[in-house]
Amino acid sequence: MTKTSRQRRWPGWARRGLMENVAIALILIGVFMLVQPFSITLYGWSFITVLVGVVMFTVVSKFPE
Amino acid sequence: MPDIEAIADRAASATPHGVAKVVRGLSDRSIAWLFVAPTMVLLLAINIFPLIWTVYLSFTNFASNRPNRPVVNVGLKWYQDILSSPEIWAAMQATAHFVFWTILFQTLIGFSLAYLIDRKFRGHAFWTTIILIPMMLSPAVVGNFWKFLYQPQIGLFNYVVSFFTGIPPSSFEMLGSVTLAPWAIVIVDTWMWTPYVMLICLAGLRSIPDYILEAAEVDRASRWQQFWSITLPMALPFIMLAVLFRGIENFKMFDMVMLLTGGGPGSTTELASIALKRQAFEAYRTGYSSAFAIILFVVVFGLANVYVKALNKVKQR
Repeated sequence: MTKTSRQRRWPGWARRGLMENVAIALILIGVFMLVQPFSITLYGWSFITVLVGVVMFTVVSKFPE
Repeated sequence: MPDIEAIADRAASATPHGVAKVVRGLSDRSIAWLFVAPTMVLLLAINIFPLIWTVYLSFTNFASNRPNRPVVNVGLKWYQDILSSPEIWAAMQATAHFVFWTILFQTLIGFSLAYLIDRKFRGHAFWTTIILIPMMLSPAVVGNFWKFLYQPQIGLFNYVVSFFTGIPPSSFEMLGSVTLAPWAIVIVDTWMWTPYVMLICLAGLRSIPDYILEAAEVDRASRWQQFWSITLPMALPFIMLAVLFRGIENFKMFDMVMLLTGGGPGSTTELASIALKRQAFEAYRTGYSSAFAIILFVVVFGLANVYVKALNKVKQR
């Protein structure tokens, strides 16, 4: 099967599977930061981490495999 | 079989002339949109509009008990307040305690029950139905009757604990004690939702083809080896699914805990959704509670993304 020109131009690091895993890791780290009992600073940064993860997941789920 | 053309002719002749005249000029695509439009309008009105309105309110000082006060844009103030508030942080930790222990107990007990029920024995359908009963009850009913069961004077729970441990039944109060109340809500949620986890695990166990276990038996693998090398890895995606689903549901838990403890004693069982309700409808800080709701929404939405990804993995198996 020949690759389409879009697939050929798409950078290798921006594959959907890999980036989705990074986004999921961000979401899970953010949720941990939100509920952990150790540091209020981590708690303060938790929402932005989850938000970045969610936005990233939404964007990269449109990337080619 | 009735003639389809005849039915279509009858339907066409029964259509009022005015409607027929309007519809006749429309393309198939337009007619499809016409049918979908009411649902879309309803969804926009009851889902999307309130969400956008909540986002807007989270940046304002609006208070629902003072509707005539001028609305001022406060920027990210409420978000900053929430993300530096020790009270909300404590509510998040209470939520984490509740979510962690309920999921742990529900997964362990649910999987064990599924493993037992999966073996065909006399009356297994009856016992499956009995085990599923708590899941079918309303959280309001469960909250009320467990409140009764936890009564220190007349409640059955204290007498059962007393029977097994020898501690006097009226010497401890499950819902009134700061140390016991968080565990009291964990026990009730575990009792109610373990059957659900059991059902998902049972689906996972039933999806394992018999020939794999038969091949393992031919290779003289012990029961223990079969469990660790075949049963558990093949049921794992289903267990993961149950964990994620219960995690999301328990993160939003409100009704049952509200009925059982109301967030007390003090604020030991004040979960995130109860704290949100107090800010919105007791303190009437609408802007603040809107920002809090958006934070919870983003977290739940993020977890739902993880859930969908896990679900797709299960489907691919």
